Amino acid sequence: MYSRAYKTIVSAPPLLWVGLFLLLPYALMFAHSFWAVQDGTIVHHWNLDNYQKLLSNPLYVDVLFRTMRIAGSVMLCSLLLGYPLAYYLSFHSGARKELLYQLVIVPLWVSYLVRGYAWKTILGSEGVLNGLLQYAHVTHAPVSFLLYSPFAVVLMLTHIYTPFVFLPIYASLEHIPRPLVEASQDLGASPASTFFRVILPLSMPGLLAGATFAFVLSLGDFLAPLLVGGSSGTMIANIVQTLFGAVYDWPLGAAISVCILLITLSLLFFTQRLEKRWSFK
Amino acid sequence: MSSTAIPQPDSVDANAPLLEVRAIAKRFGARDVLKDISLNIAAGEFLTLLGESGSGKTTLLRLIAGFEQPTSGEIWMSGERLDTLPPYKRRVNTVFQNYALFPHLNVRDNVAYGLRVQGAPKNEIPTRVAEALNMVKMAEFADARPSRLSGGQQQRVALARALVNRPQLLLLDEPLSALDANLRKQMQSELKSLQREIGITFLFVTHDQEEAMVLSDRIALLRDGALEQVASPREIYAHPATAYTAQFIGQTNLLRGEIRRSIATCGVLRWPLEEADGPAVFSLRPETIRLCPDGKRQVNEVKFRASVRQQIYSGATELLEVDCGADQLLRVRLPACGLITGEHDFVFSIPDAIRVAD
Repeated sequence: MYSRAYKTIVSAPPLLWVGLFLLLPYALMFAHSFWAVQDGTIVHHWNLDNYQKLLSNPLYVDVLFRTMRIAGSVMLCSLLLGYPLAYYLSFHSGARKELLYQLVIVPLWVSYLVRGYAWKTILGSEGVLNGLLQYAHVTHAPVSFLLYSPFAVVLMLTHIYTPFVFLPIYASLEHIPRPLVEASQDLGASPASTFFRVILPLSMPGLLAGATFAFVLSLGDFLAPLLVGGSSGTMIANIVQTLFGAVYDWPLGAAISVCILLITLSLLFFTQRLEKRWSFK
Repeated sequence: MSSTAIPQPDSVDANAPLLEVRAIAKRFGARDVLKDISLNIAAGEFLTLLGESGSGKTTLLRLIAGFEQPTSGEIWMSGERLDTLPPYKRRVNTVFQNYALFPHLNVRDNVAYGLRVQGAPKNEIPTRVAEALNMVKMAEFADARPSRLSGGQQQRVALARALVNRPQLLLLDEPLSALDANLRKQMQSELKSLQREIGITFLFVTHDQEEAMVLSDRIALLRDGALEQVASPREIYAHPATAYTAQFIGQTNLLRGEIRRSIATCGVLRWPLEEADGPAVFSLRPETIRLCPDGKRQVNEVKFRASVRQQIYSGATELLEVDCGADQLLRVRLPACGLITGEHDFVFSIPDAIRVAD
């Protein structure tokens, strides 16, 4: 057994860290969301005006829904890319498994910003993709909807978060005992039937974890819309950023942040319960 | 391959075989795991593939199930080519070593799996699943998840899950090796009576020669990827074809010596034998050697004097290690007889010294 003093010393740094850099900021944010701005300064008048403003102004509600739509699309696209990739690597890649795994992981080492600018270069009106389309005579003038659109944001975020979706799915597929797959075939199940009846259900925890990663990380993203989103691709985090910056309305920004936090927390709660249902240890 | 001194009790060759393994070879990289295996299994037979780990017995089973492809050779079942079919199209089911029950399905759904994926009539499934669970005495656990079951119970569910499909051939890959000794004995006798009852052909893999003796109609002994001997338990025990078989199945004394002018000589032991001159190896089972209190031997018997080195008591019998001089040690199994020390006369019948290939 460890002594009381030892336990205190060991647990102090993480507790201090969580308290100082997590709980305190959240408490401040929560408090701010009930305050107000008068004559350019924040005054501590407790009220619900910020939440009222947030719900009555269609701008905020629209952007919030758009953000969730974009996050949902990113989640779907990165699942559609990440799952087959993880499945192929885990079950059919043979001796090249290690190499392919590294190739999937390598993009994670490249800076988010660099990859953002790369997409700008590819999608822009003078960009690589437009050049190619015109060279191949598919189009005659630059196509403008490629860049500065929700489409561009989804594309960039999917590119960035697919490895995050791939990893937990791959881990859960690797954990499926191979005799189960053989048992399924032995009992007369075709490869497709085996996939839907054995492999997919047993990889659900990884799939849920990956989906949560993609959705939650996209929900709070503000760099992708800043770089490639344009005005039609603005997301809720950009609004928060402006409110805390140029507009100097911290209370409203805090109220929106509380909303996003609540959405995220309820989502995490929900997926955690689902994950528990689908784990069979 | 084996001598035919004792008539075989089984009716193995009466009908056309259910399964024919024709000159199967399997190579993994540079390693020959199976070399030119030919083996027939009759319908209703309980055949055991016996061998040490690495002898290729599991590989042969996996080739028949369809999880591996043979490098050369063919497998036929009921007049149909089997080895070209994918595993899910073979009328063969497997009981896996660690059961491989689906963890996300309860016992009932595990057993129903084969019927569902093969599209059995919906109204038939519950009855057949219940039948199968009754057969292995697991009906009361139908709603349990596999993780809640003991090893023995999981074993029964795995058996029910395979048998519910009414396969022509059931493959069992060391199904009892994970169970403790008492439970294993019990499952052995249940497995045997179940097989007799339902009449499905069993191909059983084990490294345990006692288990093979208890269960099998015939034993196929594998050694380094080749068949050493295929025979009934009685035949393979009484007439081992090779020194390896004699040592692997039960205990034996291997006597190495030579035959010259119709006399076999192995150390201090000598007896008349009408065979060609040359080196020879004999297998002499410990229980065929007896004490000879009056010192008189019958015709056809070999008598020798030896001193008892060691005595191991095991209930009904005792195992002696005796020294017949010149450091030649023999094992002798006697009915329990109390403590024996010093020098004694022993005898064995000449036909009990079975000549085996080296």
